[in-house]
Amino acid sequence: MKDWRWALVGLVCFALVLKIGAVERGRGQPTERISGSAGDVLEDDPVGRLKVFVYELPSKYNKKILQKDPRCLTHMFAAEIFMHRFLLSSPVRTLNPEEADWFYTPVYTTCDLTPNGLPLPFKSPRMMRSAIQLISSNWPYWNRTEGADHFFIVPHDFGACFHYLEEKAIERGILTLLQRATLVQTFGQRNHVCLKDGSITIPPYAPPQKMEAHLIPPHIPRSIFVYFRGLFYDVGNDPEGGYYARGARAAVWENFKDNPLFDISTEHPTTYYEDMQRAIFCLCPLGWAPWSPRLVEAVIFGCIPVIIADDIVLPFADAIPWEDIGVFVDEKDVPNLDTILTSIPPEVILRKQRLLANPSMKQAMLFPQPAQSGDAFHQILNGLARKLPHDQSVYLKAGEKVLNWTAGPVGDLKPW
Amino acid sequence: MKLSALHQSYLNRRLNSFRGSSPLDSSIDGGGLKSPASIFWLLIHGLCCLISLLLGFRFSHIIFFLLFSPSTTTITRTTKLYSPTPFLPIKVPDALPVQSPPNKTLVSSSRVVVGRHGILIRPWPHPDPVEVMKAHHIIDRVQREQRIQYGVKSPRTVIAVTPTYVRTFQTLHLTGVMHSLMNVPYDLVWIVVEAGGSTNETASLLASSGLRVVHVGFEEEMPVSWEDRHRLEARMRFRALRVVRQLKLDGIVMFADDSNMHSMELFDEIQRVKCVGAVSVGILAHSSNPDEEESSVAQKDDIENSPMPVQGPACNASDQLVGWHTFNSLPYEGKSAKYIGDMATVLPRKLEWAGFVLNSRLLWKENQDDKPEWVKDLDTVGGDREHIETPLSLLIDPSVVEPLGSCGRKILLWWLRVEARADSQFPARWIIDTPLEVSVPSKRTPWPDAPPELPSNETTITIEENREKQQVMKTRPRRSRRSRSKRKRETRVADTQVSDRNSGEK
Repeated sequence: MKDWRWALVGLVCFALVLKIGAVERGRGQPTERISGSAGDVLEDDPVGRLKVFVYELPSKYNKKILQKDPRCLTHMFAAEIFMHRFLLSSPVRTLNPEEADWFYTPVYTTCDLTPNGLPLPFKSPRMMRSAIQLISSNWPYWNRTEGADHFFIVPHDFGACFHYLEEKAIERGILTLLQRATLVQTFGQRNHVCLKDGSITIPPYAPPQKMEAHLIPPHIPRSIFVYFRGLFYDVGNDPEGGYYARGARAAVWENFKDNPLFDISTEHPTTYYEDMQRAIFCLCPLGWAPWSPRLVEAVIFGCIPVIIADDIVLPFADAIPWEDIGVFVDEKDVPNLDTILTSIPPEVILRKQRLLANPSMKQAMLFPQPAQSGDAFHQILNGLARKLPHDQSVYLKAGEKVLNWTAGPVGDLKPW
Repeated sequence: MKLSALHQSYLNRRLNSFRGSSPLDSSIDGGGLKSPASIFWLLIHGLCCLISLLLGFRFSHIIFFLLFSPSTTTITRTTKLYSPTPFLPIKVPDALPVQSPPNKTLVSSSRVVVGRHGILIRPWPHPDPVEVMKAHHIIDRVQREQRIQYGVKSPRTVIAVTPTYVRTFQTLHLTGVMHSLMNVPYDLVWIVVEAGGSTNETASLLASSGLRVVHVGFEEEMPVSWEDRHRLEARMRFRALRVVRQLKLDGIVMFADDSNMHSMELFDEIQRVKCVGAVSVGILAHSSNPDEEESSVAQKDDIENSPMPVQGPACNASDQLVGWHTFNSLPYEGKSAKYIGDMATVLPRKLEWAGFVLNSRLLWKENQDDKPEWVKDLDTVGGDREHIETPLSLLIDPSVVEPLGSCGRKILLWWLRVEARADSQFPARWIIDTPLEVSVPSKRTPWPDAPPELPSNETTITIEENREKQQVMKTRPRRSRRSRSKRKRETRVADTQVSDRNSGEK
């Protein structure tokens, strides 16, 4: 009996050694497996692990808004609309709310666009409040937990703070009614008012077909060292600089504008996607908000993202080990960016490229239509599934009220 | 409701992100700025605008803030409310330096603060050469890895076969081929067959390449007429193939004639060959005589007669070999060059050797049963003086040739034959280290006739160098008035005489 046990242990050790050897030999392979702090969860299948109930809201909360402005389907906040469509036809959806683990409210708060296409967040708090009033009066599930088993998609600049200016967003804070719900948002910054514990950060929406139409063959050699296209100074709103991007983008320009290794400019070339595929590093500095679709583009095109945003929380941070994949540079270290990037050992760079080449990594950043396995929709569901089972404390006792329905700015209380 | 000026400017920021936006008239959430402080600052703002109009430069209300700072600022405020002060103005006076220290509203526990930050610029914001070199090493390593992963999986050795001989244009041509071969990312063996025996001249040129070279001497002199020359070159190439067999070299044999120009994609493409492959060769049939070229080409305007300057495999729609594009020499009938250095068009063969690649295993002697039936043994072909036109004569069945370069649509190398006259002279190894012999004195020089023994070496070299250069391009040495500016016209006059003479001899 004892011998068998030793043999089993020996076999396990042997298998482990083999696995380590496989990782070592994997150096010659083009990709490498990705496993984050939550484990190797990128390829988990959420079907069967959770059930989501989708509230039937009147179309003035979703369809009518979309009809008024179909641009909402292509801008970078389109995730809320596509998530709704995905959930309607997904196998995790259940029509029986008694067996649901999570409840989803389809309200398109980021679809009130200016003529230029930028969303105005001024009506969003009232819209959200009105929707919550509706679901709390028509279904008992909100009052049961005061929203602790509900999730909302708030892809706007500062999430559920519902403002595009950071100071104003901080002043408003997260909408009081959403204090207990799980928020699925693109904004992520540590120790920030607008990111609450337990939120799920998602990538901004980037159109998958458009990016896939610009793919070039992988054998074309990467000859650009650092690549960036975008604003350095926001002349319209902050001409002197120092306010936009906390001065980081301006610092990049001033320090590296004549460095031949840095291909940076404000032009909009038609070959933007192709150029990213010919670059080794792509800068992803913060703008008015720390997140941007550049991260998604860099991952899709295999260009190592150089993230210049202090304390940022990147999408699916527990499933994707961003420290291994991207390069993080503090904003105060921007003048030394060339030293930092050239002192990275080549093996580390090759490993990052191998991780980026992993198709499940690229798939996790996209919102394809129709949904495919491993894409961002599934990662959101995986994230929700990892939060299950709900702690018993979320269920409130009868008559207990935690949220203050009258808190917040006076303007929020007006009906929508 | 009344909007404060600051609030309106904040709104304008979002609305003015792109040019031509119009402010919305939808109801705006007023926020909490209806305090007396905001009215106060509105008045100050108006006052400053008036002052600016008077003075002619921008006068911002930040001055008042600086003057009255102790009473209104609260840097140490730690609540999460932002103070409604003009602390975060959109306009900033130019007086403040760019690298002003950050002084803002603090957000509680975050080390990232909102507000105006300095733009950090290092004292010498220019590239450091050491880092640039490191970056290039990184780029090189990344590209090498890309080639390993996405390029040819198991690259085979390239065996380049070059027939050459010592002549004026040899250095020019061989340097070109040498540099192309030095850039090939695969293992390379270069077999150079030299007519007239192997010489130090060629050997020194090849030694500077750093490649693995097999220098073979071929004991026959290169003839003057093009016909004989092509025959000899074919036999030299066969000699090289015998070397391949003798050394049991394993790889892909390609024929790199020294006057051709190869693209790097050619070497990537020939890695795909299994037994025998063919690529398209661009033919640049060139005449040194500009008059003749114009007349011959300009007359043939219709599409059918104008020769497509490509030789190579011809495929049908399903990418199978059905025939060959060969060089149409009809337009040049009777006007082609017969001798080296003729001022007429030098024509290629029907199918150049350079357009074919072979798997070297076909040439090996043993394993006769392994060899496919459609390949003849090397000994049976070319043993006698029979003229071998193309490598196709090695094959019993020419239809098994694989067309490369997307079925011959991509032209991967170019043929261009430029040579000097057979008796043209050039300094050995292109180094002039001893005074050269005066072979032909010129009659009328701009400077007085100097005897061969001159007081200083330098002047001798200069004068004789000039004479040397003139002799290289000449056709008939006995000509008067050999000044350089008139050289071109005279050579042309001489050329027509030569061609007349040649045609007279026929």
